Amino acid sequence: MAPQLHSSLKPAVRVRGLNRSFGPELVLDDLDLDIAPGEFVALIGRSGSGKSTLLRALAGLDRDITGELQVDGAVSIAFQEPRLVPWRRVSDNVCLGLRVPKPHERATEALAEVGLSGRTGAWPLTLSGGEAQRASLARALVRDPSLLLLDEPFSALDALTRIAMHQLVLDLWENHQPAVLLVTHDVDEALALADRVLVLASGRIGYTCEVTAARPRDRNDPSLTALRSRLLAELGVD
Amino acid sequence: MPGNRPALVGEEAAPALTGGPVRPLAAVPSLAQSASLAQSASLAQSASLAQSASPAAPLGAASLTTQAATAGALRRSPPGRRRGRAALRLISPVVVLVVWQLVSKAGLISAQKLPPPTEVWSTAVSLITTDNPAYGTLQDAMLVSLERVAIGFAVGGTIGLLLAITAGLSRFGENAVDPLMQMLRTLPLFGLIPVFIVWFGIGEAPKIILIALGAAIPLYLNAFSGIRNVDPKLAELAHVLHLNRREVLTQIVLPGALPQILVGLRQSLGVAWLALVVAEQINANAGLGFMISQATQFLRNDVIFVALLVYCILGLLTDWLVRVLERRALAWRRSFIAA
Repeated sequence: MAPQLHSSLKPAVRVRGLNRSFGPELVLDDLDLDIAPGEFVALIGRSGSGKSTLLRALAGLDRDITGELQVDGAVSIAFQEPRLVPWRRVSDNVCLGLRVPKPHERATEALAEVGLSGRTGAWPLTLSGGEAQRASLARALVRDPSLLLLDEPFSALDALTRIAMHQLVLDLWENHQPAVLLVTHDVDEALALADRVLVLASGRIGYTCEVTAARPRDRNDPSLTALRSRLLAELGVD
Repeated sequence: MPGNRPALVGEEAAPALTGGPVRPLAAVPSLAQSASLAQSASLAQSASLAQSASPAAPLGAASLTTQAATAGALRRSPPGRRRGRAALRLISPVVVLVVWQLVSKAGLISAQKLPPPTEVWSTAVSLITTDNPAYGTLQDAMLVSLERVAIGFAVGGTIGLLLAITAGLSRFGENAVDPLMQMLRTLPLFGLIPVFIVWFGIGEAPKIILIALGAAIPLYLNAFSGIRNVDPKLAELAHVLHLNRREVLTQIVLPGALPQILVGLRQSLGVAWLALVVAEQINANAGLGFMISQATQFLRNDVIFVALLVYCILGLLTDWLVRVLERRALAWRRSFIAA
């Protein structure tokens, strides 16, 4: 099910020696990272470890970084809060800045894909949390990104909605095959979705593990249980 | 994420829209001060012209009812109940009219000082139907006044909005524009009249410039703080979605500032009408103000009342127009409350 990884291909993301400091504090310290095209990577770390800083650097939202950072192709991001523009209807939000012929048709298709066909004309403030995140995903994916950045997009959702959203993200990923970098503080979420889980500690990738279990994954799968204990230990939770 | 600001519309614009050091509190004092400007303006006006207390009403109403109107736009009540409430609100004005009529008819106050409503009405009818050599017709006077306020408001409003955009979107613009506007704001508007007469003579120019200046300032203050208060997270979004400068302005910045721009628009209109009333009583040879000064000479209080009523009606009409605009433009917010 996972897209095949070809090491010969140009990586979707290549980061070398990335540094970012806030005052005297070095948040990213000589960080290296590669993400293959179509690879689903989860980035976990304690709060304040610099997860979001790295993601913002990849999104081009941070100008005060030093080091080498290459992203091949278009980048889209779904933020933690969906950040829909409240005065534009849902489909107009998806169209925002979309430079393709017939943007509205593309938006309608994208919204259908995330299960929001009935809400294309709704005002964003009338959407539920899950619906707003779906719209935000549609807005990110309609741009055909080669890298999709997800900044804890499910952390504010209730448990049931989150499960549905996990499946939706996997479906979208399979259909569009972007490289994905999911920032999360939820080890289970990382293990349920990613090909590879990275732990960010002391400003660099401190630990990496591959998750090979077939999707959809059973959270009680023994291989996942072992990885979970290891990741929690890496995060300093016993 | 302290110190982390994205570029939005070029280098200089980024800190302005998203900026940490921008003073978000600036909105509060500037609003309060523009309200006090309006008040001091109406004070100056009522001090210099005793008889024109009533045209000040649209202004007072504009600044006072702003909150109520916003709340009203946000809360939706069933149409039937709203109509019922509107009918209830008509009772006290009708009572005042009836008492006014009775007091006049009973001879408690001379009709020359306070003409009864029926007389004001018949005077209005005759002013409309006959071209009086002293006053002209009411509709001609009204059109002249309306034209003055429309031109002055359009010029002043446009300048105020453009300056607010300039100051709102870049630090350079703020440094260039804002100090001047803050200084202009503290100038007593009607204190400028003698200066304007020296500079621009006694024709249309000083009248329209006075109205334009009065209208520009509240719109500038509100639009500027509205632009600065647009959610910086949306500025980041605009960057991520690669919006160009024009799209950022038309789809993020201006719609985001619109609620406060509309507050400014209503204040501007209030000041514009007030400035018109004052401007028209100085060396005018047409318009409602001219009609009032003629009537003063002929001791025709009924004509003065007609002119004042027309001022009132025109002021209320423009205020209503802005409210209609508000209801349409802010539909996204109303739906939020209704949901």
